[in-house]
Amino acid sequence: MLLIKGLTKRYKTGDLALHDVDLEVPAGQVMGLIGPSGAGKSTLIRCINRLVEPTAGQISLKGQEVTGLGRAALRQTRRRMGMIFQEFALVERLTVMENVLSGRLGYVGFWRSFTRRFPPADVAKAFATLDRVGLLDHVDKRADALSGGQRQRVGIARALVQDPDMLLVDEPTASLDPKTSRQIMRLICEVCAERQLAAIVNIHDVNLAQMFVQRIVGLRQGRVVFDGAAQGLTPETLTLIYGEEDWSRSIRRDDDDDALATARTLHGEPVRERLAGLT
Amino acid sequence: MTAAAATRAYPTVWRRPPLIERTWLRWAITGGAVLYLVLSVGSLEINWARLSEGLERGWRFLIAFAQPDFVSRWDDILDGMIESLTMTVTSTAIGIALSIPIGVGAARNLAPLPVYLACRAFIAVSRSFQEVIIAILFVAMVGFGPLAGFLTLTLSTMGFLAKLLAEDIEDIDPGQAEAIRATGGTWLQLVNYGVQPQVMPRLIGLSMYRFDINFRESAVVGIVGAGGIGATLNTALDRYEFDSAAAILVIIIVIVMACEYTSSVVRRHIK
Amino acid sequence: MPVIRTAEDGFDWRLRTPRAVLLRWVGWFALVALTVSCWQLMTADTIWSFVTDAPTQGADIVDRMMPPRWDYMAKLWWPLWDTINIATLGTLAAVIMGVPVAFLAARNTTPSVTLVRPVALLIIVSSRSINSLIWALLLVSILGPGVLAGIVAIALRSIGFIGKLLYEAIEEIDVTQVEAVTASGAGPTQVMDYAIVPQIMPAFAGITVFRWDINIRESAVVGLVGAGGLGLQLEASLNTLAWPQVSLILLVILATVLLSEWLSAKVRHAII
Repeated sequence: MLLIKGLTKRYKTGDLALHDVDLEVPAGQVMGLIGPSGAGKSTLIRCINRLVEPTAGQISLKGQEVTGLGRAALRQTRRRMGMIFQEFALVERLTVMENVLSGRLGYVGFWRSFTRRFPPADVAKAFATLDRVGLLDHVDKRADALSGGQRQRVGIARALVQDPDMLLVDEPTASLDPKTSRQIMRLICEVCAERQLAAIVNIHDVNLAQMFVQRIVGLRQGRVVFDGAAQGLTPETLTLIYGEEDWSRSIRRDDDDDALATARTLHGEPVRERLAGLT
Repeated sequence: MTAAAATRAYPTVWRRPPLIERTWLRWAITGGAVLYLVLSVGSLEINWARLSEGLERGWRFLIAFAQPDFVSRWDDILDGMIESLTMTVTSTAIGIALSIPIGVGAARNLAPLPVYLACRAFIAVSRSFQEVIIAILFVAMVGFGPLAGFLTLTLSTMGFLAKLLAEDIEDIDPGQAEAIRATGGTWLQLVNYGVQPQVMPRLIGLSMYRFDINFRESAVVGIVGAGGIGATLNTALDRYEFDSAAAILVIIIVIVMACEYTSSVVRRHIK
Repeated sequence: MPVIRTAEDGFDWRLRTPRAVLLRWVGWFALVALTVSCWQLMTADTIWSFVTDAPTQGADIVDRMMPPRWDYMAKLWWPLWDTINIATLGTLAAVIMGVPVAFLAARNTTPSVTLVRPVALLIIVSSRSINSLIWALLLVSILGPGVLAGIVAIALRSIGFIGKLLYEAIEEIDVTQVEAVTASGAGPTQVMDYAIVPQIMPAFAGITVFRWDINIRESAVVGLVGAGGLGLQLEASLNTLAWPQVSLILLVILATVLLSEWLSAKVRHAII
């Protein structure tokens, strides 16, 4: 699905944010991207839909080159990549429905979007997606009237109405409490499984990542230093990614609780076997 | 799509909820606005012959702006500028000095009620009229000349700064003031240690800003005889000497830009 | 270094070093000297006998102003209507012209930081530097006396005000909301409509109403130079020394200003 080759990003200030990153994410896989602050996680995600322009390297989605696309073609490609943000990034003074419909902006012309008269199929799709994330009762509320978890659900709905092939998820739980964090992560994993979406999830919470994702990639100073199954994380690998610290308590054991089981059954087959063929 | 989406029929139309929910009110407001626009535009009495003549004059003015004439009225311009600048400096300095006690007196968290009411009343009165109207009254009282302008600007500086200072003092972090009070400090020590450090940066910024405003106003009060560059400008325009007028305007714009630049540097420095 | 070692091998604390203290005194002295010399320059030609006479003069004027000539009100309704129109139509025209200028001046929406932005900033600073009354003076000279000159004067002065405050608001918007809409594949105009406009709407409404309130005050005086409205009557009454009329006009202006202040506070409250 998504293929990244030799991706490098150097900012104007001279900071090397990404250095020769190679990654492949197949359809239906949720990949967790971990690493210390400033490791280049956000830059990587933003390079994929070119909110940040990469310096070198290639990115292709379903065989189509993303780097080097012109403006119009880039808009078309961005439709196929739904993005979910840390602070939700909803347009706060618009209604929930307008926020969700803004996911269809890449499909409709300016006048339709300006007059808020979206095609009937788009409106139905928006209602269906809001139903899926459980917000059908809040359609006409303004986004700033919602709680954090509800806002992130709107963010997910906005990404889903784009009919994306993949999701780019930037710290989806960083501003949420532990319980809501789990619900949001579960929702993301479920929709990815339902629709066979590839997903890259930036995440700070190693524990939470292990609970839900199948594969983890560790980034340190712009380089991939770990790529493997979520259960493959050891104190040594965490030291490699984050540096020296007592990691023994932050590693989940396999038989820890039911969350992992959920993650596994969700995808229908034991995680490890699937991963074996990928890496 | 989920199974639910396939079976359930979702609405295919959605309208954004209107800003004003009550329909009659929405229509009344829209209708009222349209009616007002029609009436007000209709009541304009436009003299088209005079206007076409005006276009030609406007063009001459634009050309004059491209080549302003600083030379032929230079003495008048210099006199006017000196009056304007001296008026600005003195009225700002004295206005600030007088506005501080009034501002402190108009802050409810520092002043007792009678003082508070008196200071607030003074602020309200001094702010209720445009500078030019006050200038007219002062000219009638002390005669033509920059002194009337100075009095006008001082009064409006006091109203402006005292109001903003009082609001600032009322917004301070009460914890810091409480800490000073808890050490057993007197009222003056409280103001000096608990309040002054908190409001000082903004007071300096506002004072710089007021200097700027005073200079701009000093160009206006001359029109009613209170001294400054305004009188020179008025004469130049009366005689249709657009090139001299343009020179005066250019000088005003340059000085205002210089003031704004300086005050932005100072404000960055004291933050 | 505020901590000073004393002769007896102890420490003394001062807020500032002697040098800093000296510098501050010099600074204050320079400021006072500047003010005093400006004062002397300014009052060189002042006839002090007029000034000492001022309280009597003031009392005399107040005496002559009282009571206001109430029946003159009949002649003020039309100028009052003109004054309100000058402020409202002027603000409206300023909004129409000022909003595009603001978008051209804001760093994050301008098409070109090196070419377009400086021009937009120059428009803003020129408009702001020149007071409404001077704009009116200029426009009366160009367009001839009348309400139209007043409207254009108010509009030209307000462009800078609205432009400056609005472009600052545009520069302060939350960029992640813009990023999110861009990431969905929206074009530049759609990003403007869905991400930028909703964010600046409250600021825009507040600025407009605030400026309208200021413009009511200003439109009451632009008539002094011939640009229509209540100022015209004020000028005429002053020229004929008809003080009872002056006092009535001042009362009408005061009432209008208070009413507009109340109204704008109400509207701002409703919006935010």
